[in-house]
Amino acid sequence: MIENKKYKDSFNYAYIDEFTKKEIRRKTLKAVCIPGYQVPYSSPEMPISRGWGTGGLHLTLSLVGPNDVLKVIDQGSDASVNACNLRLFVQEMAKCALTFNTGEATIIQSRHRVPEEIMTEKQILVLQVPQPEPLRGVERHEAKTRMMHAEADYAKIWVTLYEAYVRSGALRSGAGHPIMVNGRYVATPSPIPSWDVPNLSMARCLYLFGAGREKRIHCIPPFTRVEPLEFEDIRFKVEEFVDIKCSASGEDKAFMDQIYDDDFNKSWVINDSNFLDKVRQGPRPPQKLFTNPE
Amino acid sequence: MDNNWLLRVQNLTKIYGQATPGVLERTGPLANTNIDPKTGAVVAVSNISFDLYPGEVLGIVGESGSGKSTLVQMLYFDQEATSGEVNFKPVEDGKINLFDLSNQKKRYTRNHLMGMVYQNPRDGLNFRFSSGGNIAEKLLMANVFHVGKIRIRGTDLLTKTEVPVKRMDESPARFSGGMQQRVQIAKAIANNPPLLLLDEVTSGLDVSVQAKVLDLIRGLQQDLGISMIVVSHDLGVIRMLTDRTMVLKHGHIVEQGLTDQILQDPQHGYTQLLVSSLL
Repeated sequence: MIENKKYKDSFNYAYIDEFTKKEIRRKTLKAVCIPGYQVPYSSPEMPISRGWGTGGLHLTLSLVGPNDVLKVIDQGSDASVNACNLRLFVQEMAKCALTFNTGEATIIQSRHRVPEEIMTEKQILVLQVPQPEPLRGVERHEAKTRMMHAEADYAKIWVTLYEAYVRSGALRSGAGHPIMVNGRYVATPSPIPSWDVPNLSMARCLYLFGAGREKRIHCIPPFTRVEPLEFEDIRFKVEEFVDIKCSASGEDKAFMDQIYDDDFNKSWVINDSNFLDKVRQGPRPPQKLFTNPE
Repeated sequence: MDNNWLLRVQNLTKIYGQATPGVLERTGPLANTNIDPKTGAVVAVSNISFDLYPGEVLGIVGESGSGKSTLVQMLYFDQEATSGEVNFKPVEDGKINLFDLSNQKKRYTRNHLMGMVYQNPRDGLNFRFSSGGNIAEKLLMANVFHVGKIRIRGTDLLTKTEVPVKRMDESPARFSGGMQQRVQIAKAIANNPPLLLLDEVTSGLDVSVQAKVLDLIRGLQQDLGISMIVVSHDLGVIRMLTDRTMVLKHGHIVEQGLTDQILQDPQHGYTQLLVSSLL
């Protein structure tokens, strides 16, 4: 191996070189200016393959400084392998502080969940997005979907909601229900459960979405109106956990996971690990709850 | 000059390839070709002008390659015209050329004010959606975001076009050709457009189904008073549906007039040939 004598560190601060970081910040600013619009960006090489959280990593590394406090979660959990590795990587490259505490973090990188605890204007949530294009399911060609966004031609995605209703009797879209951002662009909130979608609207924090494989950044700035697509008579609903209590805390107002113990007994537990800890220790952190329409 | 037209087409031209000066003179029925001998450019539609009046059904006949389909596809913005002007009364009172509209306005015109029925149902319908979904698409384009209303309108339209309503939530891929064509017609008239374009709607259907589809179209025309442009190479269809007919050859109108007159007493040699070869 060739020994590096010229430079003190073997990598640039925060791994990505300064010019590329500048480019990512510029594209992020553009995304902030046009809420919901997907901005193409360079998506440079990372030590993990594209599609494994590189989009989120790019955003985090372009934002992070030595004074930042970072939290990385994967599907609500601080302890998952993916979250641990990304967290240690960013810390090694940026020498920033780490935390599990949602309230303490300045940057939270997440996958498939928005934290239950209300985030503040001092915080940024970075989401890793596998597919940023909400129209991909109805239109294969990128050139066409871009034209459809430009002309706000969203009839096809509405038809998929109509069809979902006809088939299943509800606007079921699983994770990542399509959203209308600021009354203009239809976007995907990344595959977060419907439970989290109302939290995107008029939030005090900044939401950034990075899709590394697809090379797109989009954004929901603070205090931006975000509406899930719904019909006048068939409304959007979040997941309902009826007669279910968290087996660890006895709570019922949070997004729950179903788990099996070693004897195959079913039980439910709060998905957001830090929220669960706080609920058990008290005081209960502030939370925004959505009531389903009748 | 009378001003009660619904659609006015002036000097509409479509050239595939290089549009060199004199290309229109070097092609056409007199030259007996629509390929420019100098450049090899294909003149699909050459300087066509006509008016369509409210409630009128205009027929366009001609052999394959005469430019009939290209003509209606340009009117529906499926293809871009090389030159020419189209005015349409419901858009800015007919004072603006449709081809000068912004894409957004073009889409509005296409979705709200026109309906198109293609020869192949796969062009007009999305087979990944149900039949009801296909009709819903047209209504959603017109900002009807109420599932109940969409279902009622869909049921109405399918009843009108004699598609069994209980098969509303099935994909048209499972339907017979004639049923697919009727779903396509239901979709095309979903927003009550003042203009309906029919491109070879009965080709490829067997004779009894053809008669049913034609009956349906004629019924709709009488009930709703929609203006139509009917493209066909089949003079039987033209005779049954249209008031007035234009005969196209190599992109030119060689003869036009009342349908009965043209079929009884064709003047142009080409029309005579068409009429005499009618079975």
